[in-house]
Amino acid sequence: MQTQARLKIQKTYKIFVDGKFPRTESGRYFSFQSRSGEMTANVSLCSRKDLRDAVTAARGAQPKWAGATATNRGQILYRMAEMLETRRAAFREELVWQGQTPEQAESEVSASVDRLVHYAGWADKYQQIFSSVNPVASKHFNFSVLEPVGVVGLLAPEKYPLLGLISLMAPVLVGGNTCVVLGSESNPLSAISFTEVLGTSDVPAGVINVLTGKRSELLPHFATHMEINALVLADGTPEEWLKIEQEAAHTVRRSAHYQFADWSVPQAQSPYFILDCQELKTTWHPIGL
Amino acid sequence: MKKNKLAPKGSGAAKKLNIKKLNIKTKPPALKKGIRIEYAPSLESSDHIQLQKTYGHFIDGKFVEPRSGQYLATHNPATEEKLADVALGNSQDVHDAVMAARRASDKTWSRMPGSERAKYIFRIARLMQERARELAIIETLDGGKPLRESRTVDIPIAAAHFFYYAGWADKLEYAFPNRKAQPVGVAGQIVPWNFPLLMAAWKIAPALAAGNTVVLKPAETTPLTALKLAEIIQMADLPPGVVNIVTGAGATGQALVEHPEVNKIAFTGSTLVGKKIQKMLAGQGKKLTLELGGKSANIIFEDAALDQAVEGIVDSIFFNQGHVCCAGSRLLVQESVAKIVIRKLQARMDTLIVGNPMDKNTDIGAINSKMQLNKIEEYLQAGQDEGATLYQSQCAVPNKGYWVRPSFFTDVAQSHRITQEEIFGPVLTIQTFRTPEEAIEKANNTPYGLAGGVWTDKGAKIFKVTSQIKAGVIWANTYNRFDPTSPFGGYKESGMGREGGLHGLAPYLKF
Amino acid sequence: MWTKVCVDEVGVENRVARLGARSLKKDTKVKALRLAMSLMDLTTLDAKDTPGKVRQLCQKAKRPCESMLDVPPVAAVCVYPNMIRIAKKELLGTSIQVAAVATAFPSGMSSQRVKIAETKWAVSEGADEVDMVISRGHFLAGEYNFVADEIAAVKEACGQAHLKVILETGELGSLDQVRWASDLAISAGADFIKTSTGKVQPAATLPVTLVMLEAIRDHFERTGKKIGMKPAGGIQTAKLALQYLVMVQETLGPDWLSPDLFRFGASVLANDLLRQLMKERSGRYQSFDYFSKD
Repeated sequence: MQTQARLKIQKTYKIFVDGKFPRTESGRYFSFQSRSGEMTANVSLCSRKDLRDAVTAARGAQPKWAGATATNRGQILYRMAEMLETRRAAFREELVWQGQTPEQAESEVSASVDRLVHYAGWADKYQQIFSSVNPVASKHFNFSVLEPVGVVGLLAPEKYPLLGLISLMAPVLVGGNTCVVLGSESNPLSAISFTEVLGTSDVPAGVINVLTGKRSELLPHFATHMEINALVLADGTPEEWLKIEQEAAHTVRRSAHYQFADWSVPQAQSPYFILDCQELKTTWHPIGL
Repeated sequence: MKKNKLAPKGSGAAKKLNIKKLNIKTKPPALKKGIRIEYAPSLESSDHIQLQKTYGHFIDGKFVEPRSGQYLATHNPATEEKLADVALGNSQDVHDAVMAARRASDKTWSRMPGSERAKYIFRIARLMQERARELAIIETLDGGKPLRESRTVDIPIAAAHFFYYAGWADKLEYAFPNRKAQPVGVAGQIVPWNFPLLMAAWKIAPALAAGNTVVLKPAETTPLTALKLAEIIQMADLPPGVVNIVTGAGATGQALVEHPEVNKIAFTGSTLVGKKIQKMLAGQGKKLTLELGGKSANIIFEDAALDQAVEGIVDSIFFNQGHVCCAGSRLLVQESVAKIVIRKLQARMDTLIVGNPMDKNTDIGAINSKMQLNKIEEYLQAGQDEGATLYQSQCAVPNKGYWVRPSFFTDVAQSHRITQEEIFGPVLTIQTFRTPEEAIEKANNTPYGLAGGVWTDKGAKIFKVTSQIKAGVIWANTYNRFDPTSPFGGYKESGMGREGGLHGLAPYLKF
Repeated sequence: MWTKVCVDEVGVENRVARLGARSLKKDTKVKALRLAMSLMDLTTLDAKDTPGKVRQLCQKAKRPCESMLDVPPVAAVCVYPNMIRIAKKELLGTSIQVAAVATAFPSGMSSQRVKIAETKWAVSEGADEVDMVISRGHFLAGEYNFVADEIAAVKEACGQAHLKVILETGELGSLDQVRWASDLAISAGADFIKTSTGKVQPAATLPVTLVMLEAIRDHFERTGKKIGMKPAGGIQTAKLALQYLVMVQETLGPDWLSPDLFRFGASVLANDLLRQLMKERSGRYQSFDYFSKD
């Protein structure tokens, strides 16, 4: 006697804004199909209004996130690693749908967990290596400390849909910034599944917001939004980078361009990525009675 | 109604206020009597903790019996009841432990990538958080400190040290410019009885992060939380031999210091023993860090926030029964506010509850041992014999156990024994000063140099005074704050080397 | 000679945390809950209050709980001045006082003439107690004499009624300012200093209360005179109320745990006190359904 195959429930790939999982306000979707064809999904085609809402949420959450203790931020990132590790099978399967071999997928998931742990460990240390007490030639106590720039826009790479996104967001978050991330356009699934990890890691609402959609449509809006204090482009074309740099001049915004053929190399992980989204404040105070 | 014409509008803060005379014709009614709230004991239940009757050493990943077959008892100083028997380590046990550490260092731990070492240390931190309540209760039972302190200070900060240092394990290349850091090898670590688990964490965490293996010798009177940590280390699946724990007495520690395969010694304890160790290690090529005694000055200026400064005094000398190496055991108060500070201090001391450490209301717990109690009482007598005046709060204390009420001495001379020697109990000496220079001079007039406190509302004064005090940790407008990111250690006879922060890695590395 | 006392915020929070660790168990708790009830100024200060609402409040004040008739009555009810008569009528024959807000409550943004007139009117209507607000704008502008004179004038207008001075601590900006306002109000004639109108967030908090209690204590040490204190707004749970009582006892001593020297400005608190009392009596965690909401 033949048993009937059980019908699976298909996941709706929503976006992640302000700690919640809404659909794109545009009502538009694009279709994702796995290389083998066995998996299809409708992925949100985000609009500039989704970006606008995400930036509002990120701005609202930033003061409190920056005000959290460094060790607290580190522990939240470690929690993300715990959650991702326990769900590796699902992430592995998804990476295979997005075109990787099972070995590559396994490798990318492990590297992603380890990268989260690595940056978790920077949270309460980067200040110690980048700050200074400055021996000025007057009777003043003079010290320089790092402060987060505020809201950071992140354009994740096309390949390494999980590791690439994590490599961008971890140093930014650990430094006390909040962010809006645009996930990979051709491989959008991991970004959205990662938001489920975020949802269970005690991350305060609005600290990280994740959108999916067409980079060509959204990049200009990222580049011209005046509430975004820093913009990071991963991989991407010279034209894209030019556009970002040009628009950055409008508000004297900071920008960074990271390019890695392979995001799992050690160079793709560094405290200098934290530094890229930090300001430096120097304070003077007299020494005397 | 007459308007007040005497004072100009918008006058500055410090000017005298002109208050109209009030025109009250009738006498106010007599005040009703207030009622007093008594605190009933709020005892933490110790039902769910698991304590064995006997503990062996923790060597090479297993609990083993002592080679001599001998044990020593550990007691609860609040009740004088025995808690457990722990192994009495001899030089053979120490040898087993050191060799296990050596093997683990050579074969496993120093070869492991930092990122993997980090993950083990993170695991230990997480497990400590999960079993925090049990650890806090055992710490209180074994050492006598109030449960409120074990729960809010000792255990959380101990776990935080593991969290902090875990993150350094794969980042050592950033810690020291232009230096390639290597572990030293096997670290022998001896910790005291005043913060047993916290001191163990201060020692073990940076050592492991830096790639070393460890043999830890807990204090004779407080071995239990270290042994519980050993259970956690087993649960974390740490490779055998990376951490070893050998319990015992002074001779056990000596055997560890003398063992030729130990590359580095870290000791926290009395200056007397620290000096002996330093002498023993002369010419042997072993690295050494020492965290020793102190007789730290807590300076209150007239422009301090006085109520908070008084609370700071409580934090500095009565917290943890005064069993704190960095205690602000000498109060230097500016003469113009001496009377008011002393009065506020007395009022605050009268609200401190000395009693059962398992009672959540207790502020001051039991003195750690009969021996320490005797020492403190000797000083209380000596101070009076020297001519100082003793004030003690009058709170009740339990019948059994070792107790000292919070105390202070006035009419104190700089040359008195009570002013020069470390008492290590809830006993404060109070002296006055007139100028900042005088305060700094008195503060530095000691062979010790561990800590100091400065209380003033004026920023420039904070920087000026703190820059001139010869001590390794200075608290301005606060006292006895600890954080894994913040280096701690002494000048002069209070020791050498730092624990905590980036600087706390250096003692465990060679370049 | 007046100097501003400086207050360290982090130090205050440290002390508050220590006080919060005090634990009351069993019969100590019952005693404290009953005490808290007797220290309450049951309050309704809504612009939409009606005679019916005020009568309802007075009924609750007289008879908080039908299943525990031995619960002590509250100390007072607190209403807008146009409701004094109604409250007085309702509470005739009881020991419960009628307190009224006055002086252009809650903003205080009016002329002194109007404020004095309102105070006198409230007293003539029968108010036993007057809760006034200080002029925060003048205070923040450094016009301390103005603020003090105003308090003194209102005190005079109170006659036999006792005066509570609301500092509106949520608007003052720092604990230093709270301490300064407390010292000022006490020296200008306040019988009680009170934290808040309840219309501004944050209202009463433990740190602000500690600073005000310390001002009272220092005044007592200097002059022998005992001033009362009232935290108002935001005290909704019995647990929090008990923390306040512990703070009062440890800072000022048991003499202050009396309706003449300490009040809670609250409305929702009453039912939580009753719930906790019932739990101590019966051993069961209670539901709000079983306590009248009037």
